Amino acid sequence: MAATEQFPSPTWRERLRDWPIVDFILRQPQGTISGLFILTLIVVALFADVVAPYDPLDVDFVGMLQAPSLEHLLGTDNVGRDILSRIIYGARTALAIGFLASFVGCTIGALIGTASAYFGGRVDLIVQRVVDVAMVFPIIMLALVIVAILGRNLVLGIDVNLILAIALPIAPKVARVIRASALSIVNMPYIDAARAAGYSHVRIILRHMMPNVVGPYLVLLTAYIAQAILTEASLSFLGLGVSEPQPAWGLMLSSGSASYYRDAPWMVLFPGLAISLTVLAFNLFGDALRDWLDPRLRT
Amino acid sequence: MIGYLIKRILLIIPTLLAVGVVTFFLLRVVPGDIVELKLRGDGAAVTQLAIERERARLGLDKPLINQFGDWITGVAVFNFGTSMWTGRPVTDEIAGRLVLSLQIAFLATLIGLLIAVPLGTISALFANSWIDYSIRVVTLAGLSMPSFWLGMLIIIALLHVFDWIPPMTPTSLWRDPLGQLAQLFWPALAVGYRFSAIVARMMRSSLVEVLHEDYIRTARAKGLFERTVIIRHALRNALLPAITVSGLEFAFLIGGLVVTEQVFNLNGIGRLFVQAIINHDYIMIQALIMLTAFVFVVTNLVVDLVYAFLDPRIRYV
Repeated sequence: MAATEQFPSPTWRERLRDWPIVDFILRQPQGTISGLFILTLIVVALFADVVAPYDPLDVDFVGMLQAPSLEHLLGTDNVGRDILSRIIYGARTALAIGFLASFVGCTIGALIGTASAYFGGRVDLIVQRVVDVAMVFPIIMLALVIVAILGRNLVLGIDVNLILAIALPIAPKVARVIRASALSIVNMPYIDAARAAGYSHVRIILRHMMPNVVGPYLVLLTAYIAQAILTEASLSFLGLGVSEPQPAWGLMLSSGSASYYRDAPWMVLFPGLAISLTVLAFNLFGDALRDWLDPRLRT
Repeated sequence: MIGYLIKRILLIIPTLLAVGVVTFFLLRVVPGDIVELKLRGDGAAVTQLAIERERARLGLDKPLINQFGDWITGVAVFNFGTSMWTGRPVTDEIAGRLVLSLQIAFLATLIGLLIAVPLGTISALFANSWIDYSIRVVTLAGLSMPSFWLGMLIIIALLHVFDWIPPMTPTSLWRDPLGQLAQLFWPALAVGYRFSAIVARMMRSSLVEVLHEDYIRTARAKGLFERTVIIRHALRNALLPAITVSGLEFAFLIGGLVVTEQVFNLNGIGRLFVQAIINHDYIMIQALIMLTAFVFVVTNLVVDLVYAFLDPRIRYV
């Protein structure tokens, strides 16, 4: 009789909270704002042709080094290209490379980490020593070495080897974190059950273990998009990443070299701002995602 | 303690050996050939014979395993070979630049710690207030800004506000300490900011945790001044994780320097590394990678020892 009194049926507000996305918005305002920023950026990058006021490759020697004005909102560079348009198209490069590199790196890392935890023993020991050695080096240093080893390899206008160069240094770091999560489930009864059922190692790792580390995986994926965008910008700045004339933020900074510091600071200011805001948004979103999915992961 | 120290030092050798083996063989699968790049670089017509001769001179005609043997036996007696590009001994090329880069790295660490410790402390003491939030924005910005861009902004700001450019010509610490400091302060600030952001975040979270400990309540209960509680009881414990992070990040400062040195026109090892990559100078790349690994392993060891010194509960046996 009292059952309905003790457990009143949920109000529409409570029903709404059952939606993960509503819950996320209510609990993580920072994450929501940065998420919206990222979403806007993705839309702008996708529809760069429509959004950009000028052709990013349009050289105009008469109108070079113009200060920001109504005509060119962020000014023009040393060969008269519209900086706003180049930043908009550059978002495409940054997001594509950032996402692909982070995805490849995190997936390889997650596979290695889960497999390492699953097999344990000697395999685990060897894998962890290799990871230890790889962790010794700054990401940019490894990326540079891989760039030197692989050279360029353009597929559909995207430098596959560049993505590998940014992705591979991420893998050991991800492997370490994912291994720790995987270790906590490797002794679960359902893994034993899967083994007893005679499933192959590959099936157990992919179907039974990987889905249970998807939380930390997603958090790392977002965080390393930020890292990958930074690495890409650094490589392009050094002239070893994306090559001209493709618009890329790091590349725009390298062409805004010392000779224009005095006369055209906007050449340096805006592309750097684009990098920083994007990386900040992914960092914030990654933090919010981590707090929301599993507050224990907080460091 | 001594036994532990010896064990740790001996463990450095297999680590470096592993790094050496991996880099040596990975670099040898590079498609671009240094000799062709060096001789044909500017489109000069070079006979096949000249290329063969240069290859023989660099020892590239020998089997890979012999090349490796030659190199690793040299490394054992600190002879890292000669640069394939300039022909000078690698150690000579590195030595002077290492001094410069280490100066920047130390200065950056100093600046970083001077920013991080107070920021992290204040952030933790006023946790979840507007002070905390604004400090967290500052530290997050440090994590998100490329340090080379911060370097460019610094130069632009100095140029436009004070009409002053940090001296870009090399000096030496001994000849002109002030000039050297003026030159190195700004790049050190650029890379040190990121460093400070990482350490400040660590500092904040460890201090917040420590402030909830029982011994802090005890200290307050027995009527100590809040200042004494914070400085003598809380900070001393909260500093430990921050020290670990600082040690780890010190080695990674080299990564920041790789790009930032270009901006400030500094001829350090970061720049040398980029040059070596562009020139496919394997011998130089190998030496620089070994050096980075060495710095990392040694810093780790030092951090562990400092840790044991600061925390009486930790005693290595």
